[in-house]
Amino acid sequence: MFLINCPYCGERDQTEFSCGGEAHIERPKQPTELSDDQWAEYLFMRKNIKGVQFERWNHAHGCRKWFNMVRDTSNDKIHAVYKMGETPPVK
Amino acid sequence: MKNKYSIFSLIKNALSGHENWQRAWRDPEPKKEYDAIIIGGGGHGLATAYYLAKKHKVTNIAVVEKGWIGGGNTGRNTTIIRSNYLWDASAGLYDHALKIWEGLSQELNYNVMFSQRGVMNLAHNLQDVRDLKRRTHANRLNGVDAIWLSTEEVKKFCPIINTSPNIRYPVLGGTLQKRAGTARHDAVAWGYARGADAMGVDIIQNCEVKGIKRNGNQVEGVETTKGFIKSKKIGVVAAGHSSVIANMAGIRLPLESKPLQALVSEPVKPIIDTVVMSNAVHAYVSQSDKGELVIGAGTDSYVSYTQKGSHNIVEETLRAILELYPIFSRMKMLRQWGGIVDICPDASPIISKTQIKGLYFNCGWGTGGFKATPGSGDLFAHTIANDEPHQLNAAFNLNRFVSGDLVDEHGAAAVAH
Repeated sequence: MFLINCPYCGERDQTEFSCGGEAHIERPKQPTELSDDQWAEYLFMRKNIKGVQFERWNHAHGCRKWFNMVRDTSNDKIHAVYKMGETPPVK
Repeated sequence: MKNKYSIFSLIKNALSGHENWQRAWRDPEPKKEYDAIIIGGGGHGLATAYYLAKKHKVTNIAVVEKGWIGGGNTGRNTTIIRSNYLWDASAGLYDHALKIWEGLSQELNYNVMFSQRGVMNLAHNLQDVRDLKRRTHANRLNGVDAIWLSTEEVKKFCPIINTSPNIRYPVLGGTLQKRAGTARHDAVAWGYARGADAMGVDIIQNCEVKGIKRNGNQVEGVETTKGFIKSKKIGVVAAGHSSVIANMAGIRLPLESKPLQALVSEPVKPIIDTVVMSNAVHAYVSQSDKGELVIGAGTDSYVSYTQKGSHNIVEETLRAILELYPIFSRMKMLRQWGGIVDICPDASPIISKTQIKGLYFNCGWGTGGFKATPGSGDLFAHTIANDEPHQLNAAFNLNRFVSGDLVDEHGAAAVAH
């Protein structure tokens, strides 16, 4: 269990948040031109990194806003939190 | 040749103070080259090596394990074995495993303590009742034993369950698979290790894989902490760390690795002689031969490789346990732990070739891989030996995420995670 610093509300308990998985997966710009392989890549394939990973989180039981997080999945340490649309910090 | 375990060997060794038991498996240094390398010395990996040697006569095999055998999810699960899955492909896969379990102790000459004490799944609302009845019918059409129990029959089968209509999630009935049950998880790893070792398989512990060497589209071998080992065939059975190995080979998998928790109570006298699972309130419980209640909790909702898990998950599970079993209210919990499970988007495993020649993956078992250990090993060995899947694991290929032919067991597998 860890504390998460919501960019809108400040530090709150992790149980208030839900994780939306890997961040910065871009929605295909031309969906009709995608092959099945490209769809599979977009929909299902994940980096699932052991180490520093970029993720989307939602403050579900708070402000209900989405934001991004840089977290080390090998020790659950949070390195940075930033709003949607902001440039991801360099790790 | 291994000495056979029997009542006579027990008496003989008892008379000599148990000091002359033969080693159950060797501790070899890796050779330069093998016909096949299995990455991961858990139950599934060791079973794969065992069946490769036994059925396909490939005995020049190394099983490389970064820790000790059975120290990962094999030793961290809640030991439940069942095959009451909804879809035809899953029923075929898991019942294949269950049939092997039924004769496994004899086959391995190693007591895996397989106990067909039955697994009961409870229904707590009308939709549960519909889903579980549907699953019962589907199971029977696939030759998997399953019966529906009314609330009274649930109470009769397991008297300590609170079947009062006044609880938050009342018990409206349940299903029972009588052939299902539990086994001693460590013994499964040890039994397969001993069996594989006897046929010449090298089990190399404390040997972490650091890289996969490729020559174009063909694997060449693995870089390990004990040096480079050459092989044209590599089977990866690394559970929660499958994506880590896949990244070394330059491919991506449709997996997310999450901590799944379990806990055991202080040991008490026999009180529950079956396995009871509840999907809706997420609580399942059985009792070990030592007398501990073995309780399974849920997964965390985020990717993590820490073998811990969040406290709130345990709290939720224990809350549900207490409502269903008020008799446990004053029991103390002794130990809690987590294992990293690799979850597929459709909650079904992958036993498959990959786009790289000679590289095979057996992963994605998520929260329920232990029950499939013998079947998984058997089918993965077939896939590696023939470079083609067996008909029972053909549906569990990696390409299903491209074709869309998913085996969606999320709601159907009787556990909501």
